[in-house]
Amino acid sequence: MSTFNSAAIEEFNGGVWVFCEQRQGVMMPTSFELISEGRKLADELGSKLYGILLGDKVEGIAKELGGYGADGVYVCESPLLKDYTTDGYTKVICDVIEEYKPEVMLIGATNIGRDLGPRCAARLHTGLCADCTHLDIDVPKYKEFLRSASTLAPNMIDSIKEDDRNLKMTRPAFGGHLMATIICPRFRPAMATVRPGVMKKNAYDEAKANACQIIKPNFSLTEADMQTEVVEVVKAAKKLVDLIGADVVVSVGRGISKDVEGGIKLAEELAEVLGGVVGASRAVVDSGWISADHQVGQTGKTVHPRIYVALGISGAIQHKAGMQDSECIIAVNKNGNAPIFEAADYGIEGDLFKVVPMLIEAIKAAKAAK
Amino acid sequence: MKIIVCVKQVPDTSGKVAVNPDGTLNRASMATITNPDDLNAVEAALALKEQTGAEVVVVSMGPPPAEGMLREVMARGADRAVLVSGREFGGSDTYATSQILAAAINKIGVGEEDIVMCGRQAIDGDTAQVGPQIAEKLNLPQVSYAADIKKDGKTLTIKRMLEDGYMTIKVNTPCLITCIKELNEPRYMSVGGIFECYAKPYEVYDYETLKDDPLIDPTTIGLKGSPTNIFKSFTPPQKGAGMMMEGADKATCDQLAGLLAAKHLI
Repeated sequence: MSTFNSAAIEEFNGGVWVFCEQRQGVMMPTSFELISEGRKLADELGSKLYGILLGDKVEGIAKELGGYGADGVYVCESPLLKDYTTDGYTKVICDVIEEYKPEVMLIGATNIGRDLGPRCAARLHTGLCADCTHLDIDVPKYKEFLRSASTLAPNMIDSIKEDDRNLKMTRPAFGGHLMATIICPRFRPAMATVRPGVMKKNAYDEAKANACQIIKPNFSLTEADMQTEVVEVVKAAKKLVDLIGADVVVSVGRGISKDVEGGIKLAEELAEVLGGVVGASRAVVDSGWISADHQVGQTGKTVHPRIYVALGISGAIQHKAGMQDSECIIAVNKNGNAPIFEAADYGIEGDLFKVVPMLIEAIKAAKAAK
Repeated sequence: MKIIVCVKQVPDTSGKVAVNPDGTLNRASMATITNPDDLNAVEAALALKEQTGAEVVVVSMGPPPAEGMLREVMARGADRAVLVSGREFGGSDTYATSQILAAAINKIGVGEEDIVMCGRQAIDGDTAQVGPQIAEKLNLPQVSYAADIKKDGKTLTIKRMLEDGYMTIKVNTPCLITCIKELNEPRYMSVGGIFECYAKPYEVYDYETLKDDPLIDPTTIGLKGSPTNIFKSFTPPQKGAGMMMEGADKATCDQLAGLLAAKHLI
């Protein structure tokens, strides 16, 4: 068990690390997002960026991480690491961290990352901030972020000391009503889990991928270290909707209740015309009208498509937390006072069952006229 | 056999949330509820109690008024309750909170056949960190995101949800499980339960009660012992006022399509 303390902080000069999650030998998209974000942080710190990749025979997918900005990848391979287990992954990651001492550790806030992160942080005796949506090292950049993303008075922002070099981890709290920036000043690595879909992926650079260094750290892992046994891993039978990668999302809310099937069909038609996919509010998912992979919001997915259409969604803050950074938001709602209109670029007060068919035709016509 | 369930009293963030001018939450003005995921953990424990005759002990860290919530959980069927409360514990982050709860659970005692259960996450922080961190501090194996739990002797078979499917995991007691809403439908308090809940054993553990546990060290609990600190808290701005379109007819839709085309969005 680690007994790190503040005196040892300077020893943690092993760079910025990203846990690169793979499932069944396929890299999770969030690994590329975090490598891209990690590149920015490593540059601000003047340090290197490494991925850490665990699995069985996964070295072949490591170099691709270099294409998004990793200087190197620590690859830990063992048949015991084939499927994720809390015990196996925590032991290997903590052992390697204690040896190479990174100053920052980022983990995707997937169902696996949110299991792994806290267990590692507790073992390493360091701080972990959950579900971050924004990360900074440099204070001037952090101030710039606050100016656009907060309602803090200018003097409150200006008074922040410029020499703070902690990782500033910003996350929503209380269902998105508040934002908090967390630091971990006395321990290293500063750890964060990061919401999938929030950080932007860098452009892929083949030359950098080829130059990416592969490092094989020593670690020991035996059956005796494993207290849980993975009996099977089952993939969902139907193809899940790729909300996070979608260019356009057309979401439905409780407003479809008078004709659920018809409402979803209209959303599908509009999504098809716009080249997008169908999302939903929590109410629609909780009612069992559509599967949970469609859910946008605090407990669902965070999306920032070019166009987000909210049909019959009132716009609870938890929903807005998942879509408010979309480039263009269009809302259709019968209630002109619905909070969704506060977030919308264009609002139409009307019955979605009447408006959407006309909108589909209008968009078809506008596209044809181009 | 004993099942220890961790529960948290949280502000009801699904309703109107009041924020103070300084950017902190105005808790006094908000209703409190038992954290929703924790009720799924309670229900899972009560179901196992019916199957095995296990004792269900409910534990919470919080201010004295959390007693009301603990009584309610006993009215649902839990056998006894422990409130962990003390000003030394205030301001704890997830790391420090898990140290304190782990010490309290050590005092209750985790035997070879016992299970610790938590909700996946609390709706005020949404971190999902305290369950796994308690497991680490107690050196117990953990299974998080449990959507189904089957017990056969010492072995539990758990359906652990992933975004793109699920894993089936086998683990032996003692262990810690975090529960999600897909696991079950929490039962209501029964009339008899409400009558009985005030007669059931209720204890308060304060700093004095727990201070001899090696996990309870002034440097690792409370605000000062928390590895993370709040650097700034703030409210996000409302997006700049958008445009309410005139009417809701064909002309409106044509105008909107024109605007989208002009911005090269379509």
